[in-house]
Amino acid sequence: MLPMNHVIALSAILFAIGVLGVATRRNLIVMLMSIELMLNAANLAFVGFNRIWSQIEGAPAVDGQIFVLTVIAVAAAEVAVGLGILLSMFRNRDSVNVEEASLLKW
Amino acid sequence: MTVEAILFYVFGILAVVSALGMVLNIRNTVASAMSLVVTMVSLAAIFLLLEAYLVAVIQIMVYGGAIVVLFLFVVMLLNLSTDEFPPGKQRVVKLAVAVAGVAILAQALVALDQNPLLAGQPEIVPEGFGGYRQIGLSLYTDYVLIVEMVSLLLLAAIVGALILAKRKID
Repeated sequence: MLPMNHVIALSAILFAIGVLGVATRRNLIVMLMSIELMLNAANLAFVGFNRIWSQIEGAPAVDGQIFVLTVIAVAAAEVAVGLGILLSMFRNRDSVNVEEASLLKW
Repeated sequence: MTVEAILFYVFGILAVVSALGMVLNIRNTVASAMSLVVTMVSLAAIFLLLEAYLVAVIQIMVYGGAIVVLFLFVVMLLNLSTDEFPPGKQRVVKLAVAVAGVAILAQALVALDQNPLLAGQPEIVPEGFGGYRQIGLSLYTDYVLIVEMVSLLLLAAIVGALILAKRKID
């Protein structure tokens, strides 16, 4: 059996790295990747807590893993729309630097 | 220390190092995407160690196989492989993020060390735990509404991505 508090700590570390990426990078693609990293950290916490929860008699068995599957579907949808926005921004601005996206209309 | 725990630490350190490589690599966007693949596969291995077999397979298929390929496709389509804008001198933001991260981490560790449920040694694995049968039964009986909502969301995302990414005809 894995050390569960270290599993949750790993999830917290990965989430903090994702926040660091979104806050410091200006490349829109890397920012989207960092968002994916944060979603994955949340997934790890879900799976870890689900493993603990499975020890309790009569508890719902795999609810945490169902949440993970839902989060993966939402992440796929988010990447599709985010990369569509990125393509249209690159077409208009010739750049994926988020600091250039400061106008509502040009 | 058991074999499982050693494997967990190996894959955990690999995930953290490659995640840092993705965020801190300011020269090459393709290398960032490749680091993201390493993180995703390490997390899939940890899911396997946590007996979440179906989730591990889907993690590799969707993240390693679909999402990262989509990122790479866009990077190569737009010829963005060199990242010409390094992070600015936002020292206050960086400092705030570092402090917040360390605070969250410290709080999580303190809270987890005091939790009796985590200190115990759960050993029993229920029959068929984390397999496709159990998850499929749960998904199509108790959570059928979520399946329907996700299908609507994916449809909306497909239409939205098409409209956002297409060129203007006129």
